[in-house]
Amino acid sequence: MALNVPTKTSSRSRKRPWFKTLLWQSWLPLSALAVIWVASEQSTSVYFPPAAEVFRKISIVWFPDALVTDLLPSLGRLVLGFALAVLLGIAIGVLLGLFRSAETAVRPLTETARAIPGVALLPIAMMFFGTGESMKLVMIVFIAMWPIVLNTIEGVRSVDPALRNVMASFRITALDRFRSVYLPAAMPQIFSGARISLAIAVAVMIAVEMFGTPGGIGYFIRDAQQTFRIIDMWTGLVILGLFGYTLNVIFRALEDRVLRWQKRMAKHVQGES
Amino acid sequence: MSSNNGKNTSSDRPIFEISGFSFAYGETKILENVNFAANAGEFVCIVGPSGAGKTTLLQCLAGLRQPTGGEIRFKGEQVTAPPAELAVVFQDYSRSLMPWLSALQNIALPLKSAGQGKKQREAKALAALEEVGLAAAADLYPWELSGGMQQRVAIARALAYEPALVIMDEPFASVDAQTRADLEDLTLRIKDHLGITVVLVTHDIDEAVYLSDRVVALSGRPATVVDVVDVNLGNQRDQITTKERPEFAGLRSRLYRLIRRPEQQAPAAPAAAEIH
Repeated sequence: MALNVPTKTSSRSRKRPWFKTLLWQSWLPLSALAVIWVASEQSTSVYFPPAAEVFRKISIVWFPDALVTDLLPSLGRLVLGFALAVLLGIAIGVLLGLFRSAETAVRPLTETARAIPGVALLPIAMMFFGTGESMKLVMIVFIAMWPIVLNTIEGVRSVDPALRNVMASFRITALDRFRSVYLPAAMPQIFSGARISLAIAVAVMIAVEMFGTPGGIGYFIRDAQQTFRIIDMWTGLVILGLFGYTLNVIFRALEDRVLRWQKRMAKHVQGES
Repeated sequence: MSSNNGKNTSSDRPIFEISGFSFAYGETKILENVNFAANAGEFVCIVGPSGAGKTTLLQCLAGLRQPTGGEIRFKGEQVTAPPAELAVVFQDYSRSLMPWLSALQNIALPLKSAGQGKKQREAKALAALEEVGLAAAADLYPWELSGGMQQRVAIARALAYEPALVIMDEPFASVDAQTRADLEDLTLRIKDHLGITVVLVTHDIDEAVYLSDRVVALSGRPATVVDVVDVNLGNQRDQITTKERPEFAGLRSRLYRLIRRPEQQAPAAPAAAEIH
């Protein structure tokens, strides 16, 4: 029988060289930086120090002292909190997505909980968990997990009902249904939820650090501001920006890896139309 | 597996038996008092007008639904859940394969659930792909394959499952005519090669006669078996010469008359007069 099987390479489109990507991504931040640099050069304001000063101070304040006392604690907190938010969010989302009645029963609760801005829970969390690590972690996990929960529910529901008959007739076990059907089916939506969760997790992290025990970028920024180390405060913001950007790069790399099939499919469909 | 070809097996114990079967959605009766059986190695087609409940009947046979009356026995056991030795090829190939799994992974997944090791299931999946002539597509995703190829992957998935009975629900309904003929011949060849029993639902009477050892005709509302027609066209079928034979034409006409709806059976009345 004559076969016309498409080869793998034909469906893969050409990749833009990495330096071009870097150029495209960096022209706006670099020009903005240049403008600020020049504009702030003659600044005598206490609140807006010259950018050159801020950058000179970064290396003094952050390497290596504040890196150890503030950046690493923040990073650890965020990675652990976000990981727990992802695991918990997927677990709750899959359960609620599969058991429709359970979802209907808890929907009023989740909708209400979602309507309260997470940071409003800070006083309560401080009451129960104090101002230390446990409070910070609970806040990050509890507030950041909702987008993942809701997106996982949607993702699980998006599984084609036709596949239920397939799974039933081929006697696919519950574990394999989870691993090989519901989880990959929901993965694109889980990732778009996780992207929002990551941003929320960073915001919550900064907020709880500002109110909690010493250690962390949030604490550093607030402490610098309150002790009138304005230049140090600005360095904290720059570090925070780099911190967020790095997280996004890592997140995107992970997404590209996990959702390879989906990206390939999207390209394939575009190629046909 | 035996290689009985269905001609000399009438005295064998049937592989499945449907007796006194009925199915209703609430008050609406879809199928009533359906009785038929198939022997090991037979190719049985079920034909009937659309809406006759053919798919419902297959889903009950596959253990995906429960009849509202009567019973279905598979290898002597009453069917209450999907049996292990039964595989299904679904009508809509584009929705029955997992788009996030490669062809090989799609075929291997049921074997994984059956507790088979990675090496074993991949070897079986590859062998099944070879059986349907798609070994080169093992690592491609379903959406990288044409419709006919996707349906062949679905057939391979059913074969790798090593069933005694393969159920096919209008498997070739949404492919082009040439691909359809290829898939029909492929199915016949595999059935002979592996000695499995095949039950195939179709609304295409030519296809039913071409493929079957026996054709079960469903008709009426609620539908019931109006006749079971033996197809004595031999084991070697050919898309051109078999269909040219006078016996083929005779069987075809007989089946058309059987399943024609009552309102179509007044030859003198013009079609337009039927519309109120």
